[in-house]
Amino acid sequence: MFRKLTVTELKLLAREPMPAFFSLFFPTILVAILGSVPSFREPNAGLGGARVIDIYVGIAVALTLAMLGLQVTPLVLATYREKGILRRLATTPARPTLLLGAQLTAALLTAIVASGLAVAVGRIAFDVPLPSNFAGFVLAFLLAALGVFAIGLFVAAVAPSGKAGNSIGTLLFFPSMFFAGLWTPREVFPRALQRIGDFTPLGAGERALHDAMTGHWPSLLSATVLVGYLAVFGLGAARLFRWS
Amino acid sequence: MPVIEVKNLRKRYGDTVAVRDVSFAVERGEIFGILGPNGAGKTTTVECVAGLRAPDGGTITVLDRPPRDPSLRREVGVQLQESQLPDKITVREALELYSAFYPAPADWRALAGTLGLAGDLRSRYAKLSGGRKQRLSIALALIGNPRIAILDELTTGLDPQARRETWDLIESIRDTGVTIVLVTHFMEEASRLCDRLAVIDRGEVVALDTPAGLVTAISAEQRIRFRPSVPVDDALLLSAPGVTAVRRHGEQLEVAGTGNLLHAVTSVLAAHQIIANDLRIEQASLDEAFVRLVGRD
Repeated sequence: MFRKLTVTELKLLAREPMPAFFSLFFPTILVAILGSVPSFREPNAGLGGARVIDIYVGIAVALTLAMLGLQVTPLVLATYREKGILRRLATTPARPTLLLGAQLTAALLTAIVASGLAVAVGRIAFDVPLPSNFAGFVLAFLLAALGVFAIGLFVAAVAPSGKAGNSIGTLLFFPSMFFAGLWTPREVFPRALQRIGDFTPLGAGERALHDAMTGHWPSLLSATVLVGYLAVFGLGAARLFRWS
Repeated sequence: MPVIEVKNLRKRYGDTVAVRDVSFAVERGEIFGILGPNGAGKTTTVECVAGLRAPDGGTITVLDRPPRDPSLRREVGVQLQESQLPDKITVREALELYSAFYPAPADWRALAGTLGLAGDLRSRYAKLSGGRKQRLSIALALIGNPRIAILDELTTGLDPQARRETWDLIESIRDTGVTIVLVTHFMEEASRLCDRLAVIDRGEVVALDTPAGLVTAISAEQRIRFRPSVPVDDALLLSAPGVTAVRRHGEQLEVAGTGNLLHAVTSVLAAHQIIANDLRIEQASLDEAFVRLVGRD
């Protein structure tokens, strides 16, 4: 049942050209564009000797998670509610947790492919070193994904319509990605801003990913923040989920 | 032993009372109709029975369990009004997905065949006509091999041909032992399909009977029309027991009365060797019964 639901969700996502294209390829395109700028391939003293492109691979992964978790999932689920698809499901033995779980798994699988692609292009085209702590990277990826997706599911659970779900998701997307360093790498933030970022889901997520890329384990702070988001918003989503 | 029992159901949304006091029992294997004008509380009632809404008062049992019992989701199939599917899901995917929800589902291919969807398996939901969508919706309500099927406004949006086919289908489903609760506002559908009917108006049951019983209850009067082989005197017909009026429409006579009217009239005609040509018995229709029951002036 779970498998069938997940596979169906993936098929349906694949049939939506815009969201499918953006969530799968946009992070890779970002890496490719930034990697094509010569000065971004030079060591940068302001980034502690790292290259801009080295940092942006991690940011691209965070971007994948943000797009899928904050934009795609809330839109899909809120549209399902608006169209009575959830009401129909409610009359079957399928339970809300099953549906939310399938959504989460479909988004996670998509995120793994999209992130793998971004990391691979970074490595092959621009010599961005693969995460030197691979287990740490997987852990960081999972923590960040679950934390962000839980927020997306929460938005989906409470948004009255597809449009509202998408708007709330977009509203969260921009500040989240700001703190993840999409516009300016986190490393060049003033101290106070960095500190605030550490407590945002994607700020914490990007930091954990960055730590793992450079050989460390995600910090206890990042891990705690992400697990906290997962617990609070995941439970909230399951509790407040409405079928109609 | 009723399979569904509703006692004094009450449900309000804010200040609006949707269901004031509804009670009925549905017996195993019957087609039970819930009839009423728009906004009468029909949908709210079945939504409470289906476990989608929590009543404010009264009790409901479905197969001896409270309607929100999770185990009922396997045994009760529901077709809701205005409940869609994702635009890009194909008919086949929807059937396969929904059959995966149930422990012992019906064969979805056979079901698609019965519902005339075999040629649409690769079509996407958004591309289906209203009638096809409705058929798919019925298929999804039946895919779990339910013991009870609740069908809300089953044939709304279907053309007359498709409507008749759907009625045949519902009868064949009942013949397999499934109890069916049918919400409708079509008189023809109700009188053709339902074994018993609850007429709901303004949140209350105003009548509960067989379709024929409802008609008889509101009008005991019957009318017989025929063309006599030779002219007949009104007085002769009025002398028959139960006859209350005789009216003439050209060559046609219309005799109105109560009791065993047909027997009374034909006896008197036979005694005088008069043949009644083109004889028709006219009874008040369910339409008329309905209008009288829920009539607003």
